[in-house]
Amino acid sequence: MADIALTHAPETAAELRHARMLSAGARCALPVAILLGIGFAAPLVAILGYAFATPRSFDVFRSFTLENFATLFNPSNTVWLSFLWSCGFALSTVAILAVVAYPIAYGLNVVFGRAAPLISVLFVFPLFVSENVRLYGWVLFYIKNGVLDGTLKWLGLAGGPEVLFTPGITLFGMVYTYLPFMLFPMTLGLALVPRDLVDAARDLGAGRLLIWREIELPLAMPGILIGMLLTFVLAIGATAEAKILGGQSIIVISHDIEIAFTYSQNWPLGSALAVVVTAFIGGLTLFALSKLDLDRMLGRR
Amino acid sequence: MLQTLPTEAALADAPPKPILQLVGVRKTFGSFAAVENIDLDVREGEFLTIVGPSGSGKTTLLRMLAGMDTPSEGNITLHGELINDVPPNKRPTCLVFQSLALFPHKSVGENIAFPLKVKGVDAAARKARALELMRIVRLPESYHDKNVMKCSGGERQRVALARALAYDPEVLFFDEPLSAIDYKLKKTLEKELKDLHRETGKTFIYITHSLEEAMVMSDRIGVMRAGRLVQVGTPEEIYGAPVDRFVCEFVGEVNTIRVKRGPDGLWSGVDVPGSFKVAPPQDGAALDEAFVVVRPEFMRFLGPGESADNRLEGTVYNEYSLGSRIQYQVRVEAKGGEKVMLVELSRARALPPGADPHVTLGWDAADAFTLES
Repeated sequence: MADIALTHAPETAAELRHARMLSAGARCALPVAILLGIGFAAPLVAILGYAFATPRSFDVFRSFTLENFATLFNPSNTVWLSFLWSCGFALSTVAILAVVAYPIAYGLNVVFGRAAPLISVLFVFPLFVSENVRLYGWVLFYIKNGVLDGTLKWLGLAGGPEVLFTPGITLFGMVYTYLPFMLFPMTLGLALVPRDLVDAARDLGAGRLLIWREIELPLAMPGILIGMLLTFVLAIGATAEAKILGGQSIIVISHDIEIAFTYSQNWPLGSALAVVVTAFIGGLTLFALSKLDLDRMLGRR
Repeated sequence: MLQTLPTEAALADAPPKPILQLVGVRKTFGSFAAVENIDLDVREGEFLTIVGPSGSGKTTLLRMLAGMDTPSEGNITLHGELINDVPPNKRPTCLVFQSLALFPHKSVGENIAFPLKVKGVDAAARKARALELMRIVRLPESYHDKNVMKCSGGERQRVALARALAYDPEVLFFDEPLSAIDYKLKKTLEKELKDLHRETGKTFIYITHSLEEAMVMSDRIGVMRAGRLVQVGTPEEIYGAPVDRFVCEFVGEVNTIRVKRGPDGLWSGVDVPGSFKVAPPQDGAALDEAFVVVRPEFMRFLGPGESADNRLEGTVYNEYSLGSRIQYQVRVEAKGGEKVMLVELSRARALPPGADPHVTLGWDAADAFTLES
């Protein structure tokens, strides 16, 4: 026994020292890990805790109940309607943005030439102004006797259309707000298409439409899909457009969560809703990312 | 050697009608003329190589022929029809890019069948033709579904070639496709390309900066310099009768001796003392001053009792192995110092080790030619 203990002693000491010493990589990552732990994971853990707390209480981590989820999935609860509206808005936003942003992205890559950087900056510029301020700007533009309506009347015309506080203007607001988030990944995606390949396809007899379908679109797809994913995730969690432009005529899902936390003072219910929505969007995103094999699309595998 | 090939013989008998004709073709970018006043007849079925240093305008010329650029001036005609403004997808020509421009998201088979898909050929016929072309370019059938980016450099060359052939063009253009390939594979592919040219009977126009490549494959070579076509001719003409010093030195290493007409009518050396004989027709009879040019492989060392039309005394101070051949650098006496002459001998005729470095260089009048100074 003594022999064994003696022969093992130095090794154990070395192992201990080794265990105490983190690797260089781990030490470098430590500050970020701590920051993420406190700033990113902690609120999520708190939300998760609240989701299982007694309704209308602040007994987080001290009570456990599934009552909040039961309330959400109760057929009499209309929260699913908000969820459907959010999904509808998000899907429509993505679809419209894909169609609107593609020509601009193509132009930035191929057509605009030296003007391209300036035009890019123009698309980034609105991001420097708070989203709410920009949305109130649109309200002033579309409101009765506002910029559009007032100007048309001053010109002796019939006056502007009454679009404010409708689902349509909410969608418009979302498309407007999230355009850069579709445009820039898409522009990068299109930049990945070597001009040589387009020239070669043309040289082999292909017309514009065929080149677009067979070469440009598939090779730009990684960028386009990332743009779609990004705008979908952003749009499904958007509230400001529905509140400010839509005038709360439609309540979207994140607005429901906000109401639960504020007016209703029912944090556990709001948390449960947040958990369900996060799980759904997160699951959908992970599913999409697993299907979206960038290496294969780029032909690296 | 090349004269015995059937294509060459046919060309010599009756030059076929030009398939592609360039008249006064110019291309300017701003005030810079990349291609200047080019006249060229490309014969049907020939392998024509345009060779020149980087920036000589050969790629610009090719892009105009393929339809990716339009000439600023001049006419390009195909079978007598003006094609200056015909887009590449409407021309019966096809370019193999320097980058090869293979479609990375498509398999080998899909890449090759792409021009057929464009033409609306059905899937079964496309596959059959793709496999047939893969046989022609010596790609194994199992590669049909392989991702093209997983292929090696040489395999990608073959895919690019098969894809171009699938388009069934009348003229095939090549933009230095072998420039990034290692030496041994390059030699193989050069021979295969030459074979393919003979088998298909199509017109090949090839661009390269490597004269060696041009010499191996071409029926005719065009040498470009600063946007101009300096000389067009068979490899023998380019090598044996270059029109100027640029072509002469571009084609290979040379010994040049500056000469002027002596009182006896012979060429007398300006820098290297002595008189030099050059046989007609390239003896520069009409000139008073010239360069006498001798290629290193036409020089030899004269033993005791051996004679040659021209001789020079010199000292060997360096030798390089060129593989099967050896190059000697020989210092000869010249005005104001010494001049270096190059001699290239096959290994069998090399100087024995420890031989006397004092040698007599000799060459015959028929192996030298003159160039205007």
